[in-house]
Amino acid sequence: MVKGAESCVPLSEVATSNTHGEDSPYFAGWKAYDEDPYDAASNPAGVIQMGLAENQVSFDLLEKYLDQHPEASGWGCGISGFRENALFQDYHGLQAFRQEMATFMEQIREGRAKFDPERIVLTAGATAANELLTFILADPGDCLLIPTPYYPGFDRDLRWRTGVRIIPVHCSSSNGFQVTLQALEDAYVKAEGMKIRVRGLLLTNPSNPLGTATTGHVLEEVLDFVTQKDIHLISDEIYSGSVFSSDEFVSVAEIVEARGYKDCDRVHIVYSLSKDLGLPGFRVGAIYSYNDRVVTAARRMSSFTLVSSQTQRMLASMLADREFTETYLKTNRERLKKRHDFITEGLKNAGIECLPGNAGLFCWMNLAPLLEEPTKEGELRLWSLIVHEAKLNISPGSSCHCSEAGWFRVCFANMSQQTLEVALRRIKDFTENMKAKQEK
Amino acid sequence: MGLHVDDHSNYNVLSRIATSDGHGENSSYFDGWKAYDNDPFHPIDNPKGVIQMGLAENQLCLDLTHQWIKQNPQASICTGEGVSEFKDVANFQDYHGLPDFRKAIARFMGKARGGGAKFDPERIVMSGGATGAQENIAFCLANPGEAFLIPTPYYPGFDRDFRWRTGVQLLPIQCHSFNNFKITEPALVTAYQTAQRSNITVKGILVTNPSNPLGTTLDRETLRTLVSFANEKRIHLVCDEIFSGTVFDRPTYVSVSEIVEEEPYYDRDLIHIVYSLSKDLGVPGFRVGVIYSYNDAVVSCARKMSSFGLVSTQTQHLLASMLGDDDFTTKFLAESRRRLSRRHKVFTAGLHRVGIKCLESNAGLFCWMNLKHLLNEATVEAELELWRVIIKEVKLNMSPGSSFHCSEPGWFRVCFANMDDNTMETALKRIRTFVDRGNDTTAAQAKKKKKWSDGSLRLSLPRRIEELSIMTPRLISPHSPLVQAAT
Repeated sequence: MVKGAESCVPLSEVATSNTHGEDSPYFAGWKAYDEDPYDAASNPAGVIQMGLAENQVSFDLLEKYLDQHPEASGWGCGISGFRENALFQDYHGLQAFRQEMATFMEQIREGRAKFDPERIVLTAGATAANELLTFILADPGDCLLIPTPYYPGFDRDLRWRTGVRIIPVHCSSSNGFQVTLQALEDAYVKAEGMKIRVRGLLLTNPSNPLGTATTGHVLEEVLDFVTQKDIHLISDEIYSGSVFSSDEFVSVAEIVEARGYKDCDRVHIVYSLSKDLGLPGFRVGAIYSYNDRVVTAARRMSSFTLVSSQTQRMLASMLADREFTETYLKTNRERLKKRHDFITEGLKNAGIECLPGNAGLFCWMNLAPLLEEPTKEGELRLWSLIVHEAKLNISPGSSCHCSEAGWFRVCFANMSQQTLEVALRRIKDFTENMKAKQEK
Repeated sequence: MGLHVDDHSNYNVLSRIATSDGHGENSSYFDGWKAYDNDPFHPIDNPKGVIQMGLAENQLCLDLTHQWIKQNPQASICTGEGVSEFKDVANFQDYHGLPDFRKAIARFMGKARGGGAKFDPERIVMSGGATGAQENIAFCLANPGEAFLIPTPYYPGFDRDFRWRTGVQLLPIQCHSFNNFKITEPALVTAYQTAQRSNITVKGILVTNPSNPLGTTLDRETLRTLVSFANEKRIHLVCDEIFSGTVFDRPTYVSVSEIVEEEPYYDRDLIHIVYSLSKDLGVPGFRVGVIYSYNDAVVSCARKMSSFGLVSTQTQHLLASMLGDDDFTTKFLAESRRRLSRRHKVFTAGLHRVGIKCLESNAGLFCWMNLKHLLNEATVEAELELWRVIIKEVKLNMSPGSSFHCSEPGWFRVCFANMDDNTMETALKRIRTFVDRGNDTTAAQAKKKKKWSDGSLRLSLPRRIEELSIMTPRLISPHSPLVQAAT
């Protein structure tokens, strides 16, 4: 074949599909931000990024720790520590680091659950952890059930390279978007009707984008459901350390223990330090599975996505300082709550209701009253106005597969207090303008 | 339920990928580890232990890297000098990677290849080590069931990296010792046609240059043959250049990137390079893999996929600084080559003295050793039997050629860069003793055909990995063979 006759060499179907999800409006708003990013001094009229669930409120605590503890930074004076660490590529992960991760997870749950370091499998971020579990628990063409609204990244993480599908479990605002048995049953029946094998249910607890912790009662129902259907349960607890009042968080691990570890082979927890510690760049994710075969398979698969030994070592050192971690967790929760209360107050001031939330780095905001029509299209039109006129990047509920139009996720922990104030002023101005237009 | 239900409970059944042995740990490449794991050599604590020669690590220059780090505290975001960068670095999760990191990697890649080609930082895509890079590129280029051709012998890890979760096949291009395992055009054609006859779509070729396990570099003519063949068949060419910085002798290294630059006639959309710092810089723990593609669509896709295996920004930051230090990298690469060359010479000379020949090589962290003359018969079984004896009697763990899919029994890969000089000497002594004893035995039993299958020498090693993992549950490793978690 002569060059030029076909200059496009075929790539794989995975490569040419758009399941990477970057065409979703979730990411489109980021483009507006990238092209015109807000800066208090140099670009005060720019777009404020409120679509990124990052935790930037507690960095100073980490910096202070590192300043005072130089031993966390290096490998000691002798070369042997460095050599050993630089060469360490064992997919079991650094024993010390796994130990500290297990303890940290226990601390977050205030000792209400125990974690065995031998069951922790490390991955480069929760992104990798979720994909890895999907590869292990489901075959191409199978599906996972996920309650809506859910984190848009799942569309890529769980489906793209795995070929696994997602069937939504529709939740409604009538009960605060809590998962119900009926909704679970409906989704399962739907999958059956489509001749798709359901392999598991993925729950994010606390929820992204709702910002709410799942109640113990709902967790019990969920566990009963997956047991009855004989499927897996993945509990993504990435925001577990971001529940404003620690006693309001119930981990599936607690339920498993309360049931005497009966039938817990089907339960797997995903965690990460990206949100609670605000370290998304370090790529620290973990799978905790009660299933030995899953642990073994996950460990082998983690070869594709190990955590840098340099980072493991540094964090093992930091997390070993119990006094630091206790203080950090407590302070972080307080600051997040303060931010949350500030933004919800500000939104209320602008006539906007939020779903009552008790966790996470964001609010779930109801802008349905501002919609021209209660449809996805209406929501996206409103969103476009917010991005281009109010200059705020927030995430439309439809990108989270919410079944009701008009809900938006707005992040509050990824900016300074001052920027948040500016954002709230813009929201107020925007809603006032919209109301004035509506009244005309 | 209306759906097909397995005999076992649904939840007990994991995916086909999870329950297959595509993870590759059943290969004999990994089988030797129990002996090492149970009885690891230590010059003082366990001088009679098994010496690990199956691990292609570069431990010769860690002192240089360590020294640089000590002298450059600002490169660490955790030291007093560097902590001001902590927040920005820890928060940065853009899959493009830190700009300085990409620039530094691109520059280092050029230098590691002797300056023959320049690399564009915009084409650098990160991955979880070369392991992650290989899988990522396979996902981008091929569909399940499609195949890549690969010259034998090849690194066993490819069976997992390229095939396990992707469903892509690897089909051999048979190479032979009579011409030093050169990749010939007839061999390429044969492999391609064999695939076609089986109705398998070939999507590309995967080569490693310098070669693992051969330790040889591809000459320009072979590279051109490969590129030309890829063009003719409209298939991809993936070159794993992970050992490019370990070329310690002539002939001068030629990267496929040079062919791309020299020959604009060829479609560069077909050319992709996999790289890593695990071998050249000796830092496998840092998980720094790179995909470098001349194809914009592949760069874009691979970059999105890299979300599943990004490099820790703490590590990116450190390496951006280190590899951005031109003075350091120049000195490092030169010294590393020098030490590898010396190690290689000492080792091969030691082997030569006892009549063991190695394939002539100019790169890598290992030798391709010819032990055909020690086999009872020219079979894989005989090779594995000899290998077991070497582990048990000689107390050396080295890798049998069959685990590399070598078409001829009797070859072994033995690594020499993962130990100090004294351990190297000990290893050579043991080999000398073993060969001398073998010669005595041969003389005494001149009429007996079987040399090594005396029952008393039978090794009681389990053959299969399932048994190994029952006995030592905490055994296995990442992509390189089993490394015990010492910490």
